[in-house]
Amino acid sequence: MTKGQKAAVYLFLIVISAVCVFPLYWMASSATNNSLDVVRGRMLPGLYLAENFRSILLQQDLFRALINSFRNAIVQTFLAMAVCSVAGYGFEIYHDRAKDALFSVLLLAMMLPFVAIMIPLFRMFSGWHMVNRYMAFVLPSVATPFLIMMFRQAARSFPVEIIEASRVDGLSETGIFLRMFVPTMKATYGAAVTVTFMNSWNSYMWPKVIFQDNNSTTMPMLVANLLGGYTVDYGMLMLGVLICTLPTAIIFFGLQKSFTNGIMGAVKG
Amino acid sequence: MNRKKGLTLQKKKLLTGWFFVIPATAFIFLFSFYPMLQAFILSLHRGVGQNLSWNGFANYTRILKDRVFFQTMRNTFVYLIIQVPIMLLLALILASVLNNRSLRFRGLFRTMIFLPCATSLVSYSMIFRSMFANDGFVNTMLRGVGMAPVGWFQSGTAARAVIIIALVWRWTGYNMVFYLAGMQSIDYALYESAKIDGASVFASFRHITVPLLRPTILMTAIMSISGTLQLFDESVNLTNGGPGRETMTMSHYIYNTSFVQSPNFSYAAAVSVVILVMIAVLSFIQMKVGDKRD
Repeated sequence: MTKGQKAAVYLFLIVISAVCVFPLYWMASSATNNSLDVVRGRMLPGLYLAENFRSILLQQDLFRALINSFRNAIVQTFLAMAVCSVAGYGFEIYHDRAKDALFSVLLLAMMLPFVAIMIPLFRMFSGWHMVNRYMAFVLPSVATPFLIMMFRQAARSFPVEIIEASRVDGLSETGIFLRMFVPTMKATYGAAVTVTFMNSWNSYMWPKVIFQDNNSTTMPMLVANLLGGYTVDYGMLMLGVLICTLPTAIIFFGLQKSFTNGIMGAVKG
Repeated sequence: MNRKKGLTLQKKKLLTGWFFVIPATAFIFLFSFYPMLQAFILSLHRGVGQNLSWNGFANYTRILKDRVFFQTMRNTFVYLIIQVPIMLLLALILASVLNNRSLRFRGLFRTMIFLPCATSLVSYSMIFRSMFANDGFVNTMLRGVGMAPVGWFQSGTAARAVIIIALVWRWTGYNMVFYLAGMQSIDYALYESAKIDGASVFASFRHITVPLLRPTILMTAIMSISGTLQLFDESVNLTNGGPGRETMTMSHYIYNTSFVQSPNFSYAAAVSVVILVMIAVLSFIQMKVGDKRD
């Protein structure tokens, strides 16, 4: 590349990165401004952070929503890891014709639009008297074809020799999975945890359907509720958005390395 | 696939295998396939609650006469046709630029471009809503450079444009990560020898990157198409479907039919079956087209 081309590439990357980062800066700085300044397009941080925080607390049960969202996401992530990593391992290590066929059938579930199964799911859980119960939110997304596929790909790179040696050493099949596979697949688990936690934390349509009382409100629902009034307080709204974004952003940064490695493993296979 | 055939799989190990895969299978059958079947059965009925009566295909013929459905379908396909190609092409270009090993700050650029994915769909809808507000940031900027401000949420075209911009912002980095990951398995020496042979950057993009990444491109295309046909959060929170119903998506319409005003589960189920068929057909075409060129 000539110097001119190189400069053009950097300029392109800088412009794109700026476009990507700016709305997030806007969110953070607006959270410290009052509504009037936000709609006037004020770009600098202001002094209204505490006041916006008070407004949210007056209007919404912020701590309840935070606790709900954390509990939902943690339980869902934990169950999803247990069920999907075991399944991905099973489909690869013990594969035979029947299991391969079953796996292809499970992949079809990826195509089902959630909006299509939402109504029967809702009827099912109301039949079980589970409306407003957090397990009704968690259960439908415990097993996803995407996660099973990710762990299946990871298991593909797991050396057969280790399995054979462990069998010779007298380790049980479950023992091999728990003591050999799980510790070596930290990157895959990191990626899977990131994806699952984020999906759970951010999900909006299903909680909107299944959580009908104020006690089970989640963070995205709370943010959407902030729009409810006659006039929108944009400063308060942006603070809500910021609080809703922080946990996933922190998890993402914490697990970024294993996330990209995990995705790479999944795509490469 | 035969590399483990040498093992003598005793009955116990066979059972362990099934024991490992059955919980996930049960979950997916119970919470995905069974409800889908239920949705189909429900779509052939009419009535409320438990008082359902057989309705044949009447819900489906009603869809054919439903102007609102066609409006929301048109909106969704506008998003699909404009946003998906722009986003995937941009993601592909960014990934191949960032794959260049002589570039500095690659990790930093990658992180910044991926950053939008850390926001929830509701959150970024709100961010864009405030940025594109009447006196908001974007119009202030437009006035600053001497252009007329735009009433972003007053006309259907402008509001759809905001949704498309927001979608491209949110998902380009996500797809880029998949392409970057796919590029790891392309031998970097290929690019270096192409360069020595005098191939332009564009030529190696066209003749090395695109053909070798085809499976990944296919995967992201199918994911994006299916995701776009299911758009919901943006339609609800960014524009509330408005003005009128000019930005409302099919999922938003189904939600409204099911849970807002007079709920009609069976008709909503019929509409959702139609969306499933669309996703299946489009994915199937994608796979056929994707395979043929090999």
